[in-house]
Amino acid sequence: MFEYAPAPESRDIVDIKPSYGLFIDGEFADAEHSFKTVNPATEEVLAEVSEAGAADVDRAVAAARRAYDMVWSKMAGGERAKYLFRIARLIQERSRELAVLESIDNGKPIRESRDVDLPLVAAHFFYYAGWADKLEYAVADPRPLGVAGQVIPWNFPLLMLAWKIAPALACGNTVVLKPAETTPLTALAFADICRQADLPPGVVNIITGAGQTGRALVEHDGVDKVAFTGSTDVGRQIARSVAGTPKRLTLELGGKAANVVFDDAPLDQAVEGIVNGIFFNQGHVCCAGSRLLVQESIAEELLDRLKTRMATLRVGDPLDKNTDIGAINSAAQLNKIRMLSDIGEQEGATRWSPPCELPDRGFWFAPTLFTDVAQSHRIAQDEIFGPVLSVLTFRTPQEAVEKANNTPYGLSAGVWTDKGSRILWMAQRLRAGVVWANTFNKFDPASPFGGYKESGFGREGGRHGLEAYLR
Amino acid sequence: MSERLNVSKTYKLYIGGAFPRSESGRSYTVNDAKGGFLANASRASRKDVRDAVVAARKAQPGWAARTPYNRGQILYRVAEMLQGRCGQFTDELRATGLSKSAATTEVEAAIDRWVWYAGWADKLAQVTGTANPVSGPFFNFSTPEPTGVVGIVAPDSPLLGLVSVLAPAIVTGNTTVLVASETAPLPAITLGEVLATSDLPGGVINILTGRRSELAPWLASHMDVNGLDLTGASGDLAVECEKAAAENLKRVLRPVEADQPTDWTAHPGITRMTTFLETKTVWHPVGV
Repeated sequence: MFEYAPAPESRDIVDIKPSYGLFIDGEFADAEHSFKTVNPATEEVLAEVSEAGAADVDRAVAAARRAYDMVWSKMAGGERAKYLFRIARLIQERSRELAVLESIDNGKPIRESRDVDLPLVAAHFFYYAGWADKLEYAVADPRPLGVAGQVIPWNFPLLMLAWKIAPALACGNTVVLKPAETTPLTALAFADICRQADLPPGVVNIITGAGQTGRALVEHDGVDKVAFTGSTDVGRQIARSVAGTPKRLTLELGGKAANVVFDDAPLDQAVEGIVNGIFFNQGHVCCAGSRLLVQESIAEELLDRLKTRMATLRVGDPLDKNTDIGAINSAAQLNKIRMLSDIGEQEGATRWSPPCELPDRGFWFAPTLFTDVAQSHRIAQDEIFGPVLSVLTFRTPQEAVEKANNTPYGLSAGVWTDKGSRILWMAQRLRAGVVWANTFNKFDPASPFGGYKESGFGREGGRHGLEAYLR
Repeated sequence: MSERLNVSKTYKLYIGGAFPRSESGRSYTVNDAKGGFLANASRASRKDVRDAVVAARKAQPGWAARTPYNRGQILYRVAEMLQGRCGQFTDELRATGLSKSAATTEVEAAIDRWVWYAGWADKLAQVTGTANPVSGPFFNFSTPEPTGVVGIVAPDSPLLGLVSVLAPAIVTGNTTVLVASETAPLPAITLGEVLATSDLPGGVINILTGRRSELAPWLASHMDVNGLDLTGASGDLAVECEKAAAENLKRVLRPVEADQPTDWTAHPGITRMTTFLETKTVWHPVGV
């Protein structure tokens, strides 16, 4: 491994305030209680953030309703479009600042926040902006739903915000969005962008808080639509809570994707794809390729190459431009990854990590690979949501399909082979909402994303993404 | 000269292409609109629900793997068989209280509805699928796929409502377990006889008769059911079923969706089909 001198991105570009209020009706206002958000790479406290209570949620929903009734639902689609284009441009203008802020609050490498998250965020707003005055070409008789209550996770804080807010606004809805409690800062920066864009007050409301705040929002009577991205357990609770109400619901939940490598696959490319599939964003990816299914005849060679490649991964300072794997987002998540990895060993799988020095402070987990994994092992069934890869083998394409589909999830899958007809044969049989052939973890605003089975329902992205926000 | 005695029919369940009685041995009385005895319909049990789900699951991959053209042809064949039994359905509907002309109109509407859905088999993917212009060297496309096994709580409209919930669920490649109208279950079983003679593989449609409030919750909580149409459920039963369906995140078609027709003669739209479809997006690289 080459020695690189540290190449840290400057933090000067971001100005983190000591405390943040809730963004309701175009104004920031403090709530009664607050909580701290920390930098997971250093454990330093970044800011005090308001915790929205029931009364705050009421105010936010009321503001969104007023903005819907008085302004946004009456505005011509072409005018809504221009607001969204304006927001997309402001995001591009402030993209480096937002990338650094995202890496500080979330722990993800600056290389990813700068080159993946932020370009996709701006592109998402740009894509849906153009739909706002063309909805009648997407669905017959398009009508907005009203107020959308949206709850997003901490793994792609600003990108998930874009996936939720851009289509909702394009379709004429107003929103109350709750970012995750460990990563509120870029959503609050987005609130400032809404002000810079002169977006009418109440069209976008950002309320910070934890699970209680999220529950108050999705259970609020004034909400017409609930959109949630997060764990399958919470998704189940939300589905139960909206039962018997007229609320519309879309859920984007967990996954345990199989990344299937056939013996004719271009191995070096496949190794890059496997690494990108599970170590991208520290494995905090619902569609992560967390189960490697490799054809038995090439298993040994592929694992050798994979281990060699893993030994070159740089774990450390998220703001260092050379970093491949940043910090685990929180102490709680680190504990969960440790617990499931320990269970993997206890159940008989073989654990391997490259020699890897981890910083003293902060939350860190070395890239980890398990072999001798049985399908019944928890590390082959449970979503770990960390940089942990479980390796299984197969002999025939039928067996690969059987094993890949042997999960209650169905979010994504990968196929690596040189044979085009086999790619399409596999793609037909894999029960997953996204199938990547000879690539992995690719996203695009024009490409519908979402799950089968217990990975949720509804699609985000593309023309399909509009259907979640239209009657 | 004495009049000839009619041979009357035993109405049984329709599971896996066969006509078993309920394993519970139970039945319940079905009367006509004037209170006269019509038949003892089977009163299905939890075990019958489970057997029906097993049959539906077994039939699902094969049914989904049929070409859309072939599924369309089989559905059209069902319409042909329905036409042939027009008289029998008209009689059964008249027994539920409809006038002769109303019964005839409903049977004809049901046949036409079935033909309308038959034609969707090889067209829906062109309406709901997309080629996606992504910013990179990939051919990216999205296509609809069947959700899997769909449980249906049928409405009380004994024939037009029945076919209007059944045809859209199966035309796309799903298989179904249907709980028939509790008060007017006989046309559903007669429909089963139509299906059994229409080249429809056994298990694609399974029909249960009995107590809706007893059967629907078992269907809603069954972990091998992927979708749930609650059109025929209402009030507390619908809420209970929707809550149970959350356990494995079934796709639920609610009974009171504002955009769902309760007037079964209205144009149906495509929501009943799209609710039980998954969108699959495939990224295929472009290169030499």
